[in-house]
Amino acid sequence: MLEVRLFATLRENREKIYFFDAQLFNTVYDVYEYLGIQEDEVSTLLINGFHSKPETQIHDGDILALFPPVGGG
Amino acid sequence: MKSSYMGKIARINLTTREVKVENLDYELAQKFIGGRGLGTAMLYDEGIATVDPLSSDNKLIYITGAMTGTASPTSGRYMVVTKSPLTGMIASSNSGGIWGAKLKYAGWEALIVEGKADSWVYINIVDDKIEILPADEYVGMLSEEADAAFKKVHEKASVLNIGPAGEHLSLLAAIMNDKDRAAGRSGVGAVMGSKNLKAITVTATKNTVEPHDAAKLKTAMANSLKKIKENAVTHAGLPTYGTAVLVNIINNTGAFPTKNWQESYFPEADETSGETLKEKYLVKNNYCHRCPIGCGRVVTIDGEAKGGPEYEPLWAYGGNCGVKDLNAIDKANFYCNEYGLDAISTPCTIAAAMELYQHGCIKDEECDGMPLAWGNAEAIVEWTKRMGEASSPLAKLMADGSYRLCKHYGHPEFSMSVKKQELPAYDARAVQGIGITYATSNRGGCHVRGYLISPEVLGLPEQLDRTTTEGKATWCKIFQDLTAVIDSMGLCLFSSFALGAQEYADLLNAGTGTNYDVAGLLEVGERIYNIERLFNKAAGMKPEDDRLPKRLTEEPIVNGPSEGMVSQIKVTLPQYYEVRGWKDAFPTKETLDRLGLVEKY
Repeated sequence: MLEVRLFATLRENREKIYFFDAQLFNTVYDVYEYLGIQEDEVSTLLINGFHSKPETQIHDGDILALFPPVGGG
Repeated sequence: MKSSYMGKIARINLTTREVKVENLDYELAQKFIGGRGLGTAMLYDEGIATVDPLSSDNKLIYITGAMTGTASPTSGRYMVVTKSPLTGMIASSNSGGIWGAKLKYAGWEALIVEGKADSWVYINIVDDKIEILPADEYVGMLSEEADAAFKKVHEKASVLNIGPAGEHLSLLAAIMNDKDRAAGRSGVGAVMGSKNLKAITVTATKNTVEPHDAAKLKTAMANSLKKIKENAVTHAGLPTYGTAVLVNIINNTGAFPTKNWQESYFPEADETSGETLKEKYLVKNNYCHRCPIGCGRVVTIDGEAKGGPEYEPLWAYGGNCGVKDLNAIDKANFYCNEYGLDAISTPCTIAAAMELYQHGCIKDEECDGMPLAWGNAEAIVEWTKRMGEASSPLAKLMADGSYRLCKHYGHPEFSMSVKKQELPAYDARAVQGIGITYATSNRGGCHVRGYLISPEVLGLPEQLDRTTTEGKATWCKIFQDLTAVIDSMGLCLFSSFALGAQEYADLLNAGTGTNYDVAGLLEVGERIYNIERLFNKAAGMKPEDDRLPKRLTEEPIVNGPSEGMVSQIKVTLPQYYEVRGWKDAFPTKETLDRLGLVEKY
């Protein structure tokens, strides 16, 4: 199972959360492609809570959290 | 020399009811810029470090920044500088809205308020005329009501006031301006209350500040504005979702303190997020003076449009109290503004009280029918009001903050504070650099004095590994120094998501006629950080005050993505002192000499 959480503007015209069979994807790039997300739309990619790069291999049980540029304080 | 400094300071003695006009010390201004820096240097020179903060000996300095009121983007800010009754150290609490710009348009660089009035008064400023007027009829009014009442008498005035919390000398009392903008931290509202000063109303005929070089400022402003408009955070993220957009990203990194930091991941966080706020409650954005960002929220609370919450209260009333009811959080935050309470420390103190209740230290009979149970949405609203009114013995105790509350019940370790001021919304076990900011903040627990969340979590200006300690001390120093500059210029810290030190130098040089390069500007920031530390030393600060709560160093995170992590502050703090040129928490003579502080201080 792969859980993909989308936030802020990435939720526009998409669901907030997706559950997939992890075996459908090789890397995070494949997830981007499936969901129609451009790489430059994602400012922060967390895999299981840690900052990661989109070429990272997907594993069963992973939780992806995708954010556009955000800030505050 | 023509400059964006107004050059005039009003010294207002409430005991004698005398007002004296003094000239700005331009040499001191150049050395400390204005706002936070200049205000601290002035307060230090006034000999305030050793006084009782709630006595008539303490002084309140309301001071504009060097660029407040100019055409610079986000230039609506002012600073309140005083000795904090919460921490016993330096307080410099800043706020937006328009009051600060109006003070400058009226012709004043700063107000030094001293003494104590023998009955409730307010100060009315109309350009160069300053009068002290009776305020008895306004006492007890909540912030919105007071704003409206003063405007009935002074139609075009911008109003700064304290609420009932400040009148009751709550150590968490804020100073409010323009209804719902707050100089929120370190109990500055209690100092105002201790002087029987309810409000300061300002009316200005002018609405401009002439800079040193108008053409240069126009160029610098256009460049800064372009960067703010092109930056994804200041152009899209903040205007669309407000600071509340941080709820999900901080929670998903496992750095979202939950139930008074017993946990660090809140499964229901999304129900209290910026995204949910926008979807269900947002009416419109709220803009401070000359702000192109508009991170402020106006939201629907029980069907009425009111000022909405920032990220901090969303977290502190939300996950930190185990509450997922966003309407209740909005309402509790609204009452913070109405009663004039710090919207970070107030909910954090409620969270500490909930932990005391969890352990049976606070009993049901003390709760007057409103149990301080985790997740009790009604309780966060009701206890905020009670703290604002000091309406029961427990509420009165809570109104002085978590440190005194937890100490009273014999569990000081439940107070998640530094220098007796409550910590903000990022778990320093999960993000190593921010722990240095917390431990070494001159005003106590605070995130906006060196916001390392920006590089460590948000990837700005570059992505650092949040789990490591290497290089973090240097990053912290640079962020602290640049922040001191921004705070002293009278600009909003959020502009720094788009602007760098060069842009600030360009704006300041055009405004005041200085000639700072980036290194020179950062050195001024360093000087400001050091004068604050000197104030704290004189006030009795000890090296052990630069410490994090034991929970962060000894109790590993129990849930979420950062499970098992603890703060490495024992590693980073000595590194930080070395980078700063400090020994045992205080500047060495060599450092003071380098910064031009030895001679005077």
